[in-house]
Amino acid sequence: MSKTVLTVDDSRTMRDMLMLTLKNAGYRVVQAVDGAHGLEVLAGETADIIITDINMPRLDGFGFIEGVRQDPRHRATPILVLTTESDGEKKTRARNAGATGWIVKPFNPDKLVDAVRRVAA
Amino acid sequence: MDPLEAIKATFFQECDELLADLESGLLELEGGGGDIETVNAVFRAVHSVKGGAGAFGLEPLVRFAHVFETTLDDMRSGKLATEPAAVKVMLRAADILADHVSAARGQGVVDEAGSLRLVAELKALCGGGAAAPGAADDDDVVMVDSEVEDDGFGDFDFTPVLVEIEAPAATTPTWRIGFKPSRAMYAKANETALLLRELDRIGVCQVTLNADGLPDFDALDPEESYFAWDIEVETDQGEAAIREVFEFVEDDCEISVTGGVADAPVEAPAPSIDLELTTAPPPEAEPEAVDGDVMALLERAKAAAAELQPAPSASAAPRAAAAPAPAAGLHPADSADAKAAAGTTIRVDLERVDRLIDLVGELVINQAMLTQRVGESGLARSSTVSVGLEDLEHLTREIQDSVMAIRAQPVKSVFQRMPRLVREVAAMTEKQVRLTTEGENTEVDKTVIERLSDPLIHMIRNAIDHGLEKPHVRLAAGKPAEGVVKLCALHRSGRIVIEVSDDGAGINRERVKQIALDKGLIAPDATLTDEETDNLIFLPGFSTAATVSDISGRGVGMDVVRRQVQALGGRISITSNPGKGSTFSLSLPLTLAVLDGMVVGVSGHTLVTPLTAIIETLQPKANDVRLLGPNGAVLAVRDAYVPLVDVGAVLGYNKGPTDWTTGVVLLVESEVGGRAALLVDAIQGQRQVVIKSLEANYQRVEGIAAATILGDGRVALILDVDALIDVRRKDARRSATPPAARLPLAS
Repeated sequence: MSKTVLTVDDSRTMRDMLMLTLKNAGYRVVQAVDGAHGLEVLAGETADIIITDINMPRLDGFGFIEGVRQDPRHRATPILVLTTESDGEKKTRARNAGATGWIVKPFNPDKLVDAVRRVAA
Repeated sequence: MDPLEAIKATFFQECDELLADLESGLLELEGGGGDIETVNAVFRAVHSVKGGAGAFGLEPLVRFAHVFETTLDDMRSGKLATEPAAVKVMLRAADILADHVSAARGQGVVDEAGSLRLVAELKALCGGGAAAPGAADDDDVVMVDSEVEDDGFGDFDFTPVLVEIEAPAATTPTWRIGFKPSRAMYAKANETALLLRELDRIGVCQVTLNADGLPDFDALDPEESYFAWDIEVETDQGEAAIREVFEFVEDDCEISVTGGVADAPVEAPAPSIDLELTTAPPPEAEPEAVDGDVMALLERAKAAAAELQPAPSASAAPRAAAAPAPAAGLHPADSADAKAAAGTTIRVDLERVDRLIDLVGELVINQAMLTQRVGESGLARSSTVSVGLEDLEHLTREIQDSVMAIRAQPVKSVFQRMPRLVREVAAMTEKQVRLTTEGENTEVDKTVIERLSDPLIHMIRNAIDHGLEKPHVRLAAGKPAEGVVKLCALHRSGRIVIEVSDDGAGINRERVKQIALDKGLIAPDATLTDEETDNLIFLPGFSTAATVSDISGRGVGMDVVRRQVQALGGRISITSNPGKGSTFSLSLPLTLAVLDGMVVGVSGHTLVTPLTAIIETLQPKANDVRLLGPNGAVLAVRDAYVPLVDVGAVLGYNKGPTDWTTGVVLLVESEVGGRAALLVDAIQGQRQVVIKSLEANYQRVEGIAAATILGDGRVALILDVDALIDVRRKDARRSATPPAARLPLAS
């Protein structure tokens, strides 16, 4: 069975891009529009990999990652954050919250799928 | 469509929404409202535009958005105060950003100089406002320096180095990697097995496990990291590729990469793990160690896990249910609004809606035909067929209203473009202007909205340029220096009314009259009411060189605005109060597809008069009509005479004048000429008709607005009441009658 990726991003464009890329790579994709919604989705869905944006309304990426890690089911779920440029500060904060790795936007499809594969068991 | 193109289309749609959010957020901040969440939302809007633009390689857009975003980030972090001056710069930056988006879309070009100027201004803002906007180049350098110091960007932890290996081609360099992960690495869901798998992709690996750190079983912490690995990898991809494998974990492990020398002696280590099997040992437990008592280990592991997490020790199910709760509590209002809107709308291709509307139009016509046939068949009105037909009529009407509602959109989308216009015009005219809007959620048909923009833009330009006074003049007149332009939309009796009002000086009637006289638009001896004088500005040819300026004088006068509005089936009027200001009022039909009309007969032809224009109908008596000149006539209606328009004669249906004693008169109100009486032969009834464009299917005919298809299948023309009166007035002017002069009752 194909792996499920949860993508959390408030930008429709980004969600569509992630959906297209990951679907083409054979993943099942579940979407959420912000951190709070992401946690809601996780309550009813299992995800093998999570990709999240940082800047989002309601609950940002940092808060979302912390929330995911508090759930015993997702202590070992890989989480990739999307950062716009190699912003050291944001990367560190995301890592401290429990992020597994990061993807630098703008990503090309290969880079994204590569990063997902690197962290997916 | 190519999926990527489809996403790009989505991106531009999203951009429109983001830009609107950006502007409304900034306006809120400008008005002194808003909080940190507003600043965050504004930041996110620019951030998202940039993110999407980056994905599509829209370089100029990304560059500008980046500078804008950096400044907003300073505001977000409190380094830059949300003071009006800063917000004003950002509002202009938002305008330029919108230009960049349009340019990326292939619509219009960006004013490069303006864009660069704003980049400099934005940078000056984050530089603490010290640098002058002109000194863009110096500023640039200063910015780079300060950025490095402030944000600690100086200590990049990792710089990719291109390693050129000039080794003999025959052998592959061998790298030795020492890798000891920390507990934190596993806590972030990184996994040694996966890293080794990645390494295996770049070259042939020899992996040695170093389990020396493993403590006694009793002291074992299942979450601790005890193992280290020594890896030898043969690869010609260089150190950068190896480092990249460990990119995510380099802060959470001890790692050393050495070697890179070809032909290095390979000492085959004894306990090696074949990666093909992908059986890297779990970090928690070493298989050999649990040989004795697996159950005891599991017990210990459970106990340890419970200790580690005292809080979440409850079962998983209630936790999962509770998870959304704190999040939902963050901004309950926000989330309710945003999600409700997102969940209840769908996007539909406009073509499909238009097709539906066409079909409903056909249905209306068809149903009218059916009604007529049934009437002709001589069935009683109480017959089941007739009753059923009546029900059908109600249903048709409802379907039609519902379909029209789909096309209805709030005028917000047009109103949103106005703040920018106001800023630009205010800057050009050196006036201080505040724009207030009201009723922006008033809904009207999409076609009307699209065509509303041009007249509105012109009216607002006009209001600022000609209506409002310069600040010092205003102060001298005892008014606040800042003028107010108010844009307001409301529904009134089946039409939408849009008002543009200013609190300026009002119309200078003496000057208007003088200009009209000079241009020969009015007779020297004409006596005009204030209202009629004000309306002179709508006359073609009134807009003159004397009033031309950069803003309003683009060869477009108010007569063009009036024509645009009339083309929409609308009317425009003006009220002005000297010293207090003027109000332009637009009244438009809610839809351009159907019309309630009065069907009338003229010389054997069937015509439709828009119901909205008709005040009343009456049958004139012979002595109510007074002839005026060779071919003019007026009708006495209660306290005044109104011009009598012989429709048959004006449209050329009949040569001689109609006998008004046998006809019927429709008393109509026009925006320009006041009231008038339209003389027709007979009234056939009131009906809803589907508007078919005459211009699109035939050509423009003066006095006719459009056409429709009647129940019997014949084409009927829809009268353009204003134009009809105009035609008559031109005739009257030729006979030297003052236009639109209301005569006091003689007897």
